[in-house]
Amino acid sequence: MDKGLELRGLTVRQNGTVLAALDRRIGPGEVVTLMGPSGSGKSTLLSAIIGTLARDFGMEGRVHLDGTDITDLPPHKRKVGILFQDDLLFPHLSVGQNLAFGLEPGGSRAERRARVEGALTEVGLEGFADRDPATLSGGQRARVALMRMLLAEPCALLLDEPFSRLDAELRQQVRDLVFGTARQRDLPVLMVTHDEEDARAAGGDVVRL
Amino acid sequence: MTAPPAERPALSPSRRPLRRRLLPTLPLLTLLAMLGPVAAGLGGTLLPAFGHLPAAGETGPSLDPFRALFAWPGLGDAVRLSITTGLLATATSLAIVVLITAGWSGTRAFRVIERLLSPLLAVPHAAAAFGLAFLIAPSGWIARLFSPGLTGWERPPDLLIVQDPWGLTMTAGLVAKEVPFLLLMTLAALGQVKAQESVTVARALGYGRLTGWLKTVFPRVYAQIRLPVYVVLAYSMSVVDVAVILGPNTPPTLSVQIVRWMADPDLAMRLQAAAGALLQLGLVLGALALWFLLERLVAWLARRWIASGRRGRVDPLWRGIGLGAAGLSAFAVLAGLAGLALWSVAGFWSFPDALPDGLSLRSWGRHGPAATEALGETALIALTATVGALALAIGCLEAEHRYGLRPSTRGLWLLYLPLLVPQIAFLPGLQTLLLFGGADMGRLPVILAHLVFVLPYVFLSLGDPYRAWDSRQGIVAAALGSSPDRVLWRVRLPMLLRPVLTASAVGLAVSVGQYLPTLLIGGGRVATLTTEAVALASGGDRRAIGVYGLMQSAAALIPFALALALPALIWRNRKGLAIG
Repeated sequence: MDKGLELRGLTVRQNGTVLAALDRRIGPGEVVTLMGPSGSGKSTLLSAIIGTLARDFGMEGRVHLDGTDITDLPPHKRKVGILFQDDLLFPHLSVGQNLAFGLEPGGSRAERRARVEGALTEVGLEGFADRDPATLSGGQRARVALMRMLLAEPCALLLDEPFSRLDAELRQQVRDLVFGTARQRDLPVLMVTHDEEDARAAGGDVVRL
Repeated sequence: MTAPPAERPALSPSRRPLRRRLLPTLPLLTLLAMLGPVAAGLGGTLLPAFGHLPAAGETGPSLDPFRALFAWPGLGDAVRLSITTGLLATATSLAIVVLITAGWSGTRAFRVIERLLSPLLAVPHAAAAFGLAFLIAPSGWIARLFSPGLTGWERPPDLLIVQDPWGLTMTAGLVAKEVPFLLLMTLAALGQVKAQESVTVARALGYGRLTGWLKTVFPRVYAQIRLPVYVVLAYSMSVVDVAVILGPNTPPTLSVQIVRWMADPDLAMRLQAAAGALLQLGLVLGALALWFLLERLVAWLARRWIASGRRGRVDPLWRGIGLGAAGLSAFAVLAGLAGLALWSVAGFWSFPDALPDGLSLRSWGRHGPAATEALGETALIALTATVGALALAIGCLEAEHRYGLRPSTRGLWLLYLPLLVPQIAFLPGLQTLLLFGGADMGRLPVILAHLVFVLPYVFLSLGDPYRAWDSRQGIVAAALGSSPDRVLWRVRLPMLLRPVLTASAVGLAVSVGQYLPTLLIGGGRVATLTTEAVALASGGDRRAIGVYGLMQSAAALIPFALALALPALIWRNRKGLAIG
């Protein structure tokens, strides 16, 4: 099977003019960084890939994931994960419920609980399942957000300026964690950023818009 | 390789065919529920007004109904009253709201007023009107406090304070209730303009707090609260329940007289009533046009005032007046409620004693059972109408979100339309249609009639928070594999619990307070707390009025208390959902 995320002539238009375009394959474990000034359509390109492009934009090209054309699928069937600069943990759910939200349905309650606990342990947050996400530190919340996305078992990961809200020290730490886990799970990663440091840490190709 | 251009799928197509067919139809269904009765009712008014009512043996067209209307001796006074009370109540309410917001927003006094806003808003018009009457009547609380010491009155003086021929007491009652409404709308509008920054800049340039606000913020705020101001004008000109309680009696206001004609056993009087309803509609349209012209005039004068560069040396005086007026209008409602409560438990209470001789639950024992029955009816109607309105409003907003539609100015006008067309203009026609169309009067039509007014308020209350929700939460949930329906039920609505409950409380309060739809569409067979309370107005049994008025207020207030308490309880361990 043809693993990886493949953007075939993906083009986003606004009022007929091309806003951004990308034609490339991102292999398993590879990180591609998309850089450009604000307003250059980086984030719009990401919404085209996850399927939430606003009506005002036009789109051409196809998106393939692990050999399947996902261009016409609704967002929740695409298996494409995304992390934003805000952790966007659901404020009405506990940390554990946030993690379980993305788990496929099925399995016993104990099994699901064990997977949640396992994910928390993996990022050094054992025993945090019943906590209110609002009581966590920024770094802890970022780690929960990452694990929540990974528990949904996406086949690709998109990062929309994911580290820009973290302070310098934390940024390094979370960056390593995100890239490390993605590589470990062989996920193709497409990152949008305007931070050169992010691009260097990613270690992959850099595409400038 | 180049890919063929692809048709982009709808934002989030649902896989369930039923939902896919249902959701897109909701906006249309909502418009129908809201505007259908208004249009049908106007039609049902128009035909009889021109002499066409086959059921009464009349086939038009003819101008006889209007001839009969113009032959009514009270018409001149009724028309004058409608115009003066409407304009005066609207201008005064707006002035108070502007002065208090301009002079005091951001201060501690203003926060106290903000906190009082929801309860003041929830108190039904009828209860507030009764409360005011209990305060200022010649035998009311205020007269009792100063008698006989200051006034020398040993018995209530023969003064026509309540139900005065100029409608001034009625205007005061309307002002007390419209100030909270306009203030709420103003606060919502303030959120959308950078008011504080503008005032800071203006003050740095040497302008007073009030003048700076008026010159820099008010023009933007007024653009946003214009429709609510029009609603206040249309409402104040044509209100029935407040006019029955506080307005003049002989002759009454035009709207009250129309209701009397509608209740006449002689079916031919319905023609005259319809003609009156059309006249009332014309008066409201005329007054709206006049207000529109006044807006232009004021804007022209204000631009000159702004250009004059005056800094506002008498600001402190105006600030004082604003605080005094706003405090007085809040006091009128709250003290009125206290008066209702006291009368409901008063034993023997003779003039000029400030307090009753003793307290007793006799009035509750006597009127409690009937009032409880009316409460049940009130609650059933209010809950059904509110649940219906919530379902339609959430459906519309969700359709807007899923299909990427934009709220338009036209949509906003449609939402306000049922509030701008006076109730008295179309409800008589709707009753006539139902009556002679063979439909049954009763609870269900009343619920649908309430929906016409509950829906816009629920929609207006929920719209802003619903649209302000961070849609990236939905994107994340979808990326986690959640269908649009799951996102709605498991993420969006739980996060919006507070605004949803607030919108419900608004809907319930609106329904509880409805008088005319219940009276006319219920055909006299649906007895809610409001219809029962207003019916007591002519009798003057203060203890009964106290019981009904208090229960009516409680029916409207308790949902607001729950809307505050429930989210705090349910989300007590969720700091991210705490207020502010």
